[in-house]
Amino acid sequence: MSNATIISKTAVELSRSLSEKELSSQEVAQAYLEQIDRVDPQVHAFLHRDDDDFLAQANASDKRRAEGNTLGPLDGIPVAIKDVISVQGQPLTAASKILENYISPYDATVIRKLKDAGAVIGGRLNLDEFAMGSSTENSAYGPTRNPWDFDRVPGGSSGGSSAAVASREAPLTLGSDTGGSIRQPASLCGVVGVKPTYGMVSRYGLAAFASSLDQIGPFSQTVEDAALLLETISGHDPLDSTSFPTEVPQYSAALRDPLTPCTLGLPKEFFGEGIDDEVRKAIDETIEFYKSLGHKIVEISLPTTDLAVPVYYVIATAEASSNLARYDGIRYTSRSEQSENAINVYAKSRGEGFGEEVKRRCILGAYGLSSGYYDAYYLKAQKTRTLIREDFSRVFKEVDVILTPTAPTPAFKFGEKSNDPISMYLSDIFTISTNLAGLPALSVPCGFTNSGLPIGMQLIGQAFEESSLLSIAHAYDREHRFGCQSPNI
Amino acid sequence: MKFEAVIGLEVHVQLDTKSKMFTRVPCGFGKPPNSLTDAVVLGLPGALPVMNREAIDKSIKVGLLLGCKIAPVCKWDRKNYFYPDMPKNYQITQFDQPICEGGEVEIELPGDSPAVMGEHRMVKLTRIHLEEDVGKLTHYENDSLVDYNRAGSPLLEIVSEPDMYSPEETFSFLTSLRNSLIYAGISSCDMEKGQLRCDANISVRPVGTKTLGTKVELKNLNTISGVKNGVEYEIKRQIKAIEEKEEIVQETRRWNPDQRYTTPMRSKEMAHDYRYFPDPDLMPVKIDQAWIDGIAKQVPEKPFDKQRRYMSELNLPYSITSALCPDFSLCQYFELVVSLTKDPKKVGNWVVNDLLRELSNANSETNPIAVEESPVTPQHLAELVDLIDKGVISNNVAKELFPEMFSSGKSASELVQEQGLEVKSDQGEIESICVRAIENDPDAAQKFRDGKEGAINALKGFVMKETRGQANPKVVDTMLRDLLSN
Amino acid sequence: MSESDPNPMDIDYVSNLARIELTKEEREKFHHQLGDVLQYFEKLKEVDVDGVEPTAHAFPRFNVWDEDQAKEPFSVKQAIQNAPQSRNSQIVVPKVVED
Repeated sequence: MSNATIISKTAVELSRSLSEKELSSQEVAQAYLEQIDRVDPQVHAFLHRDDDDFLAQANASDKRRAEGNTLGPLDGIPVAIKDVISVQGQPLTAASKILENYISPYDATVIRKLKDAGAVIGGRLNLDEFAMGSSTENSAYGPTRNPWDFDRVPGGSSGGSSAAVASREAPLTLGSDTGGSIRQPASLCGVVGVKPTYGMVSRYGLAAFASSLDQIGPFSQTVEDAALLLETISGHDPLDSTSFPTEVPQYSAALRDPLTPCTLGLPKEFFGEGIDDEVRKAIDETIEFYKSLGHKIVEISLPTTDLAVPVYYVIATAEASSNLARYDGIRYTSRSEQSENAINVYAKSRGEGFGEEVKRRCILGAYGLSSGYYDAYYLKAQKTRTLIREDFSRVFKEVDVILTPTAPTPAFKFGEKSNDPISMYLSDIFTISTNLAGLPALSVPCGFTNSGLPIGMQLIGQAFEESSLLSIAHAYDREHRFGCQSPNI
Repeated sequence: MKFEAVIGLEVHVQLDTKSKMFTRVPCGFGKPPNSLTDAVVLGLPGALPVMNREAIDKSIKVGLLLGCKIAPVCKWDRKNYFYPDMPKNYQITQFDQPICEGGEVEIELPGDSPAVMGEHRMVKLTRIHLEEDVGKLTHYENDSLVDYNRAGSPLLEIVSEPDMYSPEETFSFLTSLRNSLIYAGISSCDMEKGQLRCDANISVRPVGTKTLGTKVELKNLNTISGVKNGVEYEIKRQIKAIEEKEEIVQETRRWNPDQRYTTPMRSKEMAHDYRYFPDPDLMPVKIDQAWIDGIAKQVPEKPFDKQRRYMSELNLPYSITSALCPDFSLCQYFELVVSLTKDPKKVGNWVVNDLLRELSNANSETNPIAVEESPVTPQHLAELVDLIDKGVISNNVAKELFPEMFSSGKSASELVQEQGLEVKSDQGEIESICVRAIENDPDAAQKFRDGKEGAINALKGFVMKETRGQANPKVVDTMLRDLLSN
Repeated sequence: MSESDPNPMDIDYVSNLARIELTKEEREKFHHQLGDVLQYFEKLKEVDVDGVEPTAHAFPRFNVWDEDQAKEPFSVKQAIQNAPQSRNSQIVVPKVVED
């Protein structure tokens, strides 16, 4: 089987080929390494690779298979990791200079689960520094390019994770989503990305950006693949006090069940001005498709929509200002050579080690919590967050899922928004309210612009109802499989 | 003008748990540097806290012990500030919803003499909250070293109202609090190991006025006497300053125990903008009545309650109870001996005089010895008391025997048998010694015959000396009186 | 904060709180940008949240804890492996100005 054929396969297809002994994990790993060698100098999805370790894992998988001890459908399948998730013995830079020399001494819970499932843990994927951004331009190690157009951003913050799948450098990747950091880059790169319900996937080992919003989730070519990866990494974790004790359904099995007719809600606030015409058209076609399957489409209202961005930025920056305080040049982060005493070692190491957006957000966050401003900013935002949650609860009495565009526009050009924080913040306008409400949501590719840029639709589900969310998404995806189209690189 | 001091204390107590507050790394003292850490203790990227249930249980217990109101719901907040001993640069603590509110600590002020009970009073508490401890910095000439072994240990902060008015009261407060916490198994409260630490808020005001003066926070009070001395100095300093028309500045001062004075600490820049907010990594704690009831069953009798009971029910004198009751293990020892024999007062005397003396002689820094390890077991002491009571040995012999029992670990009866120390009641032998006693001291004999009752003691002394104290005192007494009346 | 001031933030105070040293250029730029952001946040002021409880967790629960069992800690080597400077198994920090 040619390398081109191997890397074009979905994870489910690879898994089948492995179990039918058409392929070895070793061959799969080699094919991906070759593709990374070929395209990553331009795409720059990877920050770090450990090829020996990668091949050794693949080898171990083949050995298990030969002995009849295969651990499950992911055994032998490569999964590359956003560089904010701890893998023992591997670097974790969070795309920041301050963590340049850090090696993680422990595994994140999702990594432990993947290892238990036999997955082959791949390299470290690029992102906006500490997951702060929507374009991956904020990486201290240079931006990732959109595989569909190298002049454009891959989205962010998990831009390396989406670009790696789109450019076939990995069949599956993990990212993290605090305000859209999985769905928006998935949309901009034409792949599937899922943000699970808050508490569904353990955050243990994920370098925190905003603890009450962060979730780890999968990227893949198809919804089917995402279901497989999600069911592997989900589940209650006693090491994460915010992890929810609930059973994890077999999502990939649930996809095979016939879908009963359901109701999809279109929030009118998401379909106002500012949406690109081609995005609008693609979403309209998606709506028509769902109608044709016999599902009901209704208009709904989420009146708090325009509050989500300010609420999000107050809460996320406040939590971040505290979460990132640990990167201080003392225990494991780079120390400024200019530091003279235990007071300026902090300001200097952080001033030198952090990029602009991280500094901006840490300062904004500290301000929102500071004496005299807490009530007006942080507390007010937390209360408004309650209104946003209530909005969704009310709407979900009428509908099963909510359908929106994932992002108002296709991938934008480098530099287009990087000097205007607010316009960059607004590129997350459709995704952040679900983080505030803790709800599961995903982005599925739903077409291309005339110039060949991918477009994504977002489906938002009810809390802990990933199963029906994935099923509804799969009903569309299996007929269209836009994520299986490859960019010409 | 006369001035009075108003003092409030903030006491930090390390809870005695197996593992840390928010991760299951062991707690410990004196271990190799940085050997008690993990991702959570070091605040590595991705580490998350998980509450230690035992620490919550113990905090509730302290609340019940001190008569606090236990919060039905409490939560965790982050206190943000940068310091090298603080791995995450925020401390997980309880800001506006502490686990306990109110409560009081009973204190006893010094009496007129050690044998006389002093005045008792309640000192009010403001609140008690749970938090995590920080690491330890050691300063060198050009840099400092950090050891994170202590970081993350569960730490209880007990805050009193400004409700103490003299250095002696702060001393009594800390002593009483410490005794209670040790009683309840909350902490060993060893100040040398930093298990109990204390800051004091001190102000002075003219006697008769109600408003509080400007408050000075005093730190580095590392021993209970240090607290007393530091507070004493600071009160004098403030009064002197006011008398000299200087203004008291609200500040933090350090007690220098060796030079015995306080100095202002360099004020930490903006140290008071801690940007508290609820910790999103932790869920709140809900405490229902059933939980409280369960813990209430484990709350022990408080030291002063025990002391009152010993005095009223066991008829012990204050001097014995004041030596027994501060020490929970000693009380347990005492009660066990009493349960095995009779006379609590005699047992009390043996414990506070003889046992404490032997323990303190045997104690050394390298090899401390606890009451529980005493070679004279409660059974041994009970047997010793019984032997005296039955007249098998005299009190004097018993007194000499006790150190031997302590050093050998042998029981009294074993030693009595080995050394033939039983009381001699052989009438013939005692009679001949009594006759010799009278012959030896005709003066005393004459005085007794003339009606001086006390003179008989000299004769008794002779007999006891001749018999190495083994003569039965009753037999000797009867015998001498018989001989002298003839 | 006054309504007329486009940026009520004392950027020197806050960057010091956050312990982030800014270059002169960054300071200028941030002052301008954060002023815009705060202006944008003004929207929040109009929201009526009377009697609304704050959301700290999307799905709040109580009493999530672990029993008090000591587990294996990091080795000393693991603990200090990433330290920029260490000595005698401890992390070296620039001199703490004794306060």
